[in-house]
Amino acid sequence: MAVVEETAQEAVAASATRRKRSFRPRYPAWLTAPSFLYYAIFFLGPMAILVAFSLATQRGFGSLSYGFDISQYRLIANSLYVTIFVRTLVMASIGSLLTIAVGYPLAYWMARYLTTYKLLALLLLIVPFWTSFLIRTYALKIILDPKGYLARDLGINILFTKYAVGVGLVYNYLPLFILPVFASLERMDWSLIEAATDLGARPFTAFRQITLRLTLPGVVTGALLVFIPMTGEYIIPDILSGGNYEFVGNVIGDQFNQAQNQPFGSALAIALMAVLSVFVIVYILFARKEERFGG
Amino acid sequence: MARRVKAKHGFTAWAVLVYAFLYLPILVMVIFAFNKPSAPALASFHGSNVCAIPPAQIGNITVWNGFTSCWFSAGLHDPTYLPAIVVSLQIAALASIISTVLGLGAALALARMRPRLRAPFDVLVYLTLVVPEIVIAVALLIFFVQARNYLHFFPDLGKGTILLGQVVFNASVAMLIIRARFVGMGDSLEEAAYDLGSGPLATFRQVTLPRLMPAIVAAFLLSFTFSFDDYIVPAFTNGTTNTWPIVLFSAVRFGLTPAVNALATIMLTVTVLAVTITAVVLRRSRVQATPAQEQAPGLDAALGLR
Repeated sequence: MAVVEETAQEAVAASATRRKRSFRPRYPAWLTAPSFLYYAIFFLGPMAILVAFSLATQRGFGSLSYGFDISQYRLIANSLYVTIFVRTLVMASIGSLLTIAVGYPLAYWMARYLTTYKLLALLLLIVPFWTSFLIRTYALKIILDPKGYLARDLGINILFTKYAVGVGLVYNYLPLFILPVFASLERMDWSLIEAATDLGARPFTAFRQITLRLTLPGVVTGALLVFIPMTGEYIIPDILSGGNYEFVGNVIGDQFNQAQNQPFGSALAIALMAVLSVFVIVYILFARKEERFGG
Repeated sequence: MARRVKAKHGFTAWAVLVYAFLYLPILVMVIFAFNKPSAPALASFHGSNVCAIPPAQIGNITVWNGFTSCWFSAGLHDPTYLPAIVVSLQIAALASIISTVLGLGAALALARMRPRLRAPFDVLVYLTLVVPEIVIAVALLIFFVQARNYLHFFPDLGKGTILLGQVVFNASVAMLIIRARFVGMGDSLEEAAYDLGSGPLATFRQVTLPRLMPAIVAAFLLSFTFSFDDYIVPAFTNGTTNTWPIVLFSAVRFGLTPAVNALATIMLTVTVLAVTITAVVLRRSRVQATPAQEQAPGLDAALGLR
């Protein structure tokens, strides 16, 4: 998401160089044709069919007739599904906030205090990704298992609850948040902090008014980067809540796996995208504002 | 000053805790690859190979029951695990090659295209990244089923459809990584090559491509990892094909043996070794390249994660 701001900056830079020079080595526009065609067929195509399905009418098991039937969308307004949407958004928000709380101090530590081992610390954040996501989630399940040490000896028995799902979310998305925040902390000019404390600011005030202010865009970008996939999460709620605490993603999947109610599943998917697009639009507005006025 | 030192210790302690949190499950995975079946299961079992106990009778394996290394051979001889890993490797190799080529072409053209022209393409790329994977997966499922109904050259659900589906997301990631490097590189060297009489193709081959290589490699490796580790798109577009994550998921749900931990431990070891060797080789050959240049694509790669 950080690229949104980057491209705008790059546009400014581009127009500056265009004035300066007459010649720019450019690559032909047709190089975009293969990927454009690919996206048109295998991304826009499926999305279009998804919309068509969400407006189709289910006729018996597995057969349907296209039309403009909004009854599937009405069904989503049913309290059961509203509850699941709210739960998904609340859990993704809590998960993102926890990720910020756990990850920001670590990114700060890496950027502020590390020199020789900075690269190693970064690498150690990426190494967990070399083990399958499913295996890591399964290992969490072993740790949290009611018959395991944590439950038996420490009395922390949270498997198959929302707490387990929260732990799973933070665990899996933490590195993804830390990396962009670290990138923005790396660009910090620490002499500003020195200047502020020299002029009598207390360390926390200096942190709040300078460091936090300057790295806020990175934090928001990182938070969105984890919030969006969290709302679409499928594996973590399934494994760690054992079906007790389903997210929208699980309900969508069920419509295609077991219930075979594809129009309803499609409508749920479109509704999820609509909800997410609100967050993305708010983010874009924020990024624009930051670019114009912010650091 | 004393206060700063104290703050530093506080942060370091926090960092140690967070790294412990990140590595604890991996440690558990490796340790439990050597775990014996539970004592009751062992008592009622009369064979010589304790790893031949079926998953349903294995008992509680979330506590330590004793050391055995037989799960490694049990995992390697399992009739479903290795074939599924091979299928996943095949799909990941093809998906990452296609994604990198598509991403490279788009990155080259887009980076220097007028903003107004490239805006629609950018929006499309961001959409492929922002739309939740579960949504893409179910959309691909109904798309492939319908396409196959009406157009017979479309493949049935299977390896082909998994591959076609995964390339969408991976091509976008590859494009962003390569483009970030390409934009950061500037165009002065290419201009110099043109000035000295080199044609467009020769310039690309001798100037642009070598300098883009770190980003291209990063894009390839990242899409390989994504594809290999991906569960959601394959779970909906696989037909009857089993990939490694699909086998894992059903094992996690319906009971699995430490053989899975053993295979995962082998794969982690191979990856860590490969990366260490690559890093050592790169460090030796890095005399001319500045360290900053070498680090940049890695960080970009990390930023593109999922």
